[in-house]
Amino acid sequence: MVKKFKNKTLAWLDYRLPIFSVLREALVDHPTPRNLNYWWNFGSLAGITLIIMIVSGLVLSMHYVPHVDLAFDSVEHIMRDVNYGWLIRYIHSVGASMFFLIVYIHIARGLYYGSYKSPREVLWWLGIIIFLLMIATAFLGYTLPWGQMSFWAATVITNLFSAIPLVGDNIVTWVLGGFSIDNPTLNRFYSFHYLLPFIIVGVVYLHIISLHKVGSNNPTGIDLTLKKEKIPFHPYYTIKDFFGFGVFFIIFGIFVFFLPNSLGHPDNYIPADPLVTPEHIVPEWYFLPFYAILRAIPFKLLGVLAMLGSILILFVLPWLDTCKVRSCRFRPIYKQFFWIFIFNFIVLGWVGSKVPEGHYLIISRICTVYYFTHFLIILPILGMFEKTLPVPLNIFKNLKEKKNINK
Amino acid sequence: MIKKFFFIIFSFFFLITNLFAEEEISLKKQNWTFKGVFGRYDNSTLQRGLQIYQEVCSACHGMKRLRFRELKDLGFTNDQIKKYAQTFEILDGPNELGEMFMRSGEPSDTFVSPYKNKEEAKAAFGGIYPPDLSLLTKALKNGPDYIYSLLTSYEETPPPDFELTDGLYYNPYHDGKVIAMPPPIYDNVIEYIDGTDANLHQLSYDIVNFLSWAAEPELQKRKSLGLKVLLFLTALTLLLYVTMKEIWLRIEK
Repeated sequence: MVKKFKNKTLAWLDYRLPIFSVLREALVDHPTPRNLNYWWNFGSLAGITLIIMIVSGLVLSMHYVPHVDLAFDSVEHIMRDVNYGWLIRYIHSVGASMFFLIVYIHIARGLYYGSYKSPREVLWWLGIIIFLLMIATAFLGYTLPWGQMSFWAATVITNLFSAIPLVGDNIVTWVLGGFSIDNPTLNRFYSFHYLLPFIIVGVVYLHIISLHKVGSNNPTGIDLTLKKEKIPFHPYYTIKDFFGFGVFFIIFGIFVFFLPNSLGHPDNYIPADPLVTPEHIVPEWYFLPFYAILRAIPFKLLGVLAMLGSILILFVLPWLDTCKVRSCRFRPIYKQFFWIFIFNFIVLGWVGSKVPEGHYLIISRICTVYYFTHFLIILPILGMFEKTLPVPLNIFKNLKEKKNINK
Repeated sequence: MIKKFFFIIFSFFFLITNLFAEEEISLKKQNWTFKGVFGRYDNSTLQRGLQIYQEVCSACHGMKRLRFRELKDLGFTNDQIKKYAQTFEILDGPNELGEMFMRSGEPSDTFVSPYKNKEEAKAAFGGIYPPDLSLLTKALKNGPDYIYSLLTSYEETPPPDFELTDGLYYNPYHDGKVIAMPPPIYDNVIEYIDGTDANLHQLSYDIVNFLSWAAEPELQKRKSLGLKVLLFLTALTLLLYVTMKEIWLRIEK
């Protein structure tokens, strides 16, 4: 079954260390559903973004100084004195936003096409773990420039640990390395910000192993049994992924070159000052929905639990969704609820950017309740009562209606 | 049906956004030459801006992230920059005897702040320190328009129902409509070297241009590189698209 390499040196090495055959299996021969649409580009996009982030971060780390008195200045040194430092830093800071944008779409794709259902539960879990690690990494990275928002975001988030009963305050001191945010905090945040991306790489590796074991889901959501339903990854999906990279890099480039600060907060260009609290502290846009959930609940501990729960609930999603049909294409009612869920999530993000008072607070509470209702009530019940559309036996039956291929 | 639903929801969404929108005074938006895809700084306005900073702002505000050599961007020659830098006294050291000493500035030095540190500035201004201006336009929302509006909107007599604390000034654009900084510029506060009419609009316009350049000296380079990169990426992506279509034809036949 294992194809031999024609090149003798390659064959000799591969016989002793099969890296080339593993790579060939993953990137060349891997049988992939032939009907994947553009939403399936976002996995490879997330991968390339991770690489861009690690490479640009590596260069930044050569110039950055993790010290409370020097961090802000060293970032400005990168912006002004390092050759193309502004480009590297903007790629890294805009890249964080792009990474989240892509991963949110990647997750939404999974939700829409039921990619979390058996046998892809572990694949789904690994994805959530990557998302959690990304959240941690992004938060730690945001504190490093030591601007006002960096400092106060770190204050707000580390303060959440104090909600833990009995030992909360001790844990905060332990996490900060002191009684308040100071140099030890910045040092350890930098250390972890450097470490976590490599752990993400590890989990991504597992994510891909699991993917190759169970195979990609596809827009019909059915299991593919026919041989001709699959095509080799190369050249069909390599070229499609490269085209995706091209489109993505254009959007990425527009932000890096023309709107580099539009996704950030102006306050972070003011050096951190522990004595001056910004008027209102908001996280980066990609955390806003979860920030809204945190603040929707008046009790700190419950708020923290709700915020954590809003992500952790995804772990049990494969069992909360009781419907056997995977894809939304054949679930007319769930499809509507899916879009309402997305809309609700965007509204959460919007209220997350507002001061939690009056109407905003009410909206954030309604949306928080709906967020959990979607998973805990709507999905289980829908699986029992929804009348799904007839599911095709193979992908060609479904594709024929749309496009006249494979006559 | 779902489209209608979203239409209704979104209209509602925009309605409440507008309903809750805080009453905010609108900014006096200017046509900045550095805005937009082809944005460029105008050297004559930057040079006038430097003159204003030099003769007015630098009495209280530092710009410590700016180096004299960067003034080359404004169209000055190396000799001019060297001479300009030499007019400043810079604290350096320690020397072999362990003593700090003063020397004249070099092009590689940063602009000299009027105060040794924040604390000294605070002491001089009753607890409020004049911020360093190096990053100001980036550190404020709509920085350039905001600073322009602020500089042109001091009012000598506040509205009758407004109680002004002594030593503060009325300015509708600042937080709480009061500001500790006295009106820094007004018609003919300085005489421009190039003879331009120094009215309040011109002064504010020039200084904001200068501050914007100081905050983003890489802007021109960034935008012109961006255009090239995007042009290249667009061509590449088109080629990739055509290639993709070609390759996929193999199985779609």
